[in-house]
Amino acid sequence: MRDLWRYRELVYFLTWRDIKVRFKQTVLGAGWAIIQPLVNMVVLSIIFGNFANMPTDGIPRPLFTFSALLPWGLFAKALSDSGRSMLSNRSMITKVYFPRLIIPLASVLGGLMDFAIQFVILLGMMLYYQYYPTAAILTLPLFIILALVTALGIGLWLSALNVLYRDIGYILPFLTQLWLFLTPVGYSTSVVPEQWRFLYSLNPMVGVVEGFRWALLGTGTAPGPMIFLSAGISVMLLISGMYYFRRMERNFADMV
Amino acid sequence: MTDTAILAENIGKQYRIGVQSNSYRTLRDSLVDIAKWPIRILRDGMAQPVEKIWALENVSFEVKKGEVLGVIGRNGAGKSTLLKILSRITEPTTGYAEIHGRVGSLLEVGTGFHPELTGRENIALNGAILGMRRKDIDLKFDEIVDFSGVEKFIDTPVKRYSSGMYLRLAFAVAAHLEPEILVVDEVLAVGDAEFQRKCLGKMSAVASEGRTVLFVSHNMSAILRLTQEAIVLDKGQMLLRAPAAQAVDYYLTSGFAQTGEHIWQPDEIPATAKPFRPIALRVRNQDGKVVDTVRSTEPALIDIEYNIEQAITGLRVGIYILTTQGELIFTSFDTDNQAEYDRYATRPAGKYISRCVVPADLLNEGRYILGINASSFRVKRYFQDEHALAFTVDPTGAPGMQWQEPRLGPIRPRLKWQIEEYN
Repeated sequence: MRDLWRYRELVYFLTWRDIKVRFKQTVLGAGWAIIQPLVNMVVLSIIFGNFANMPTDGIPRPLFTFSALLPWGLFAKALSDSGRSMLSNRSMITKVYFPRLIIPLASVLGGLMDFAIQFVILLGMMLYYQYYPTAAILTLPLFIILALVTALGIGLWLSALNVLYRDIGYILPFLTQLWLFLTPVGYSTSVVPEQWRFLYSLNPMVGVVEGFRWALLGTGTAPGPMIFLSAGISVMLLISGMYYFRRMERNFADMV
Repeated sequence: MTDTAILAENIGKQYRIGVQSNSYRTLRDSLVDIAKWPIRILRDGMAQPVEKIWALENVSFEVKKGEVLGVIGRNGAGKSTLLKILSRITEPTTGYAEIHGRVGSLLEVGTGFHPELTGRENIALNGAILGMRRKDIDLKFDEIVDFSGVEKFIDTPVKRYSSGMYLRLAFAVAAHLEPEILVVDEVLAVGDAEFQRKCLGKMSAVASEGRTVLFVSHNMSAILRLTQEAIVLDKGQMLLRAPAAQAVDYYLTSGFAQTGEHIWQPDEIPATAKPFRPIALRVRNQDGKVVDTVRSTEPALIDIEYNIEQAITGLRVGIYILTTQGELIFTSFDTDNQAEYDRYATRPAGKYISRCVVPADLLNEGRYILGINASSFRVKRYFQDEHALAFTVDPTGAPGMQWQEPRLGPIRPRLKWQIEEYN
């Protein structure tokens, strides 16, 4: 742990590298951070709105979907990047010592840049639809942290497993896609039947997305005890992920 | 307070070889394994299905602060494994290593360089990966750029660099690391002669500053120049620890069986050699017999037998001949002549023998080291073994034998002399 602190600048540098390289390699650079969620928003709005006719609790559908896609995008990107991170950085792992934890950590943080860009768009949309944030917006960072903690916890598990089993690379896209439908991005939690609500809420991203909408748009009610359950599950994922990662760490260089 | 910098106690490292190392484990394999488990127990008892080898066994030594210790050994002797353990990249299977002080390791320069980033950005990133703090990097930035000699291109992405510039920049960052313990592997193999000299100079500066250095090299003259003591590794065992001159001598002379032939074992061939696979190296006399001793007055034949598993473009296979002090006498490649060079622009897969004749009246009496190299110029060094074989040259009949005195120098040519008398 003390090692991790000593190498804290490396977290910054690796995050910075990932962002910089992505913006250099692509023609549109930062544009992708905007285009992706906007296209997703249109697709999800059509599927859940026009075909499935899901309720949005009275919020304009684009705003309803986009406000959820923000934390979701942060989570999904962090999850898939950190899951692959050990393999994409294998040359470093086999040649230099540093706390291995830094690699998935930096890839989780890399998504914050996209998030910041998208957040500006979201604020613009809120102004357009005349939704003005209330004091609840102050709780927003908590939900962002919760999303990151969840992504890091699962990312740690997957990145360590990915060193052993290359199958994880194939499971990842499938997993995020499935997870998207288990999270109230395109629909509202209110459509989930009451008897399933508890099971449904075990998914920490439910709390994150609902909390996000509440903090920004004031929909529904303030997150109740369920958010603590979400947070508890996230923290458990993080601790177990760290434990597993640490246990595998000593052999990464031989196996990756 | 202790003045020990590195304490290695009974270090051993076991690797799995065989079927499993060739393919990644997939989830399916594991599931199948689990399913088969009860059957296997019934059939084989609890026997281990995988073969394991010890890359390093029972290695113990101590390095005091400020000492410069050399590590020498053939390919596959366990040098890299030892350095990896000491720089904490991997953990030993048995024993432990105690390290007092910050370790900087140069197992390969340019780790973490990203081709899309500029030289300036890569210096910052690489420095951070190697454990430098940002303020140290800023402080040393000019010095690093100066050392590397790439000022003009510092804001160009490194993917546009020549391979020489790339290596120089990478080494420059690493050389300015200033850890308390420096672990170095083979960096001297990079760059042109001038840059190599610069690197050696930097290394000896580091050593003379009283920092602890662990130095692995195939370059015996560098070992002699830079280190006071050296350890000799062979097949994962530590054979000897002695003053550098003695260790080098031991390694180069007694480390070889006297057969005139070297056959590479699978564990001596690194995975990176693919698709080139060395088989054997032989020294023959002019009658074609494999011998340990050739005569200075007769031509000697050298055979390199190898397998190419996949066609290689621009491959050259060649020999080095070195003195037992580690000085290179000459290098020669099988495509040195234009005709062979054109004919084997691409060498198809297959078994080959590259054969050459070392002419009569070339080498002086003494013992020589024969090494091989297989590479594509500026593309890849597939395989290199600088000390594959030792052989002896017998001087009987050589020029100047009428006097009972040793001739100095590694070569003993028969020159045409004419003595003219004039008044």
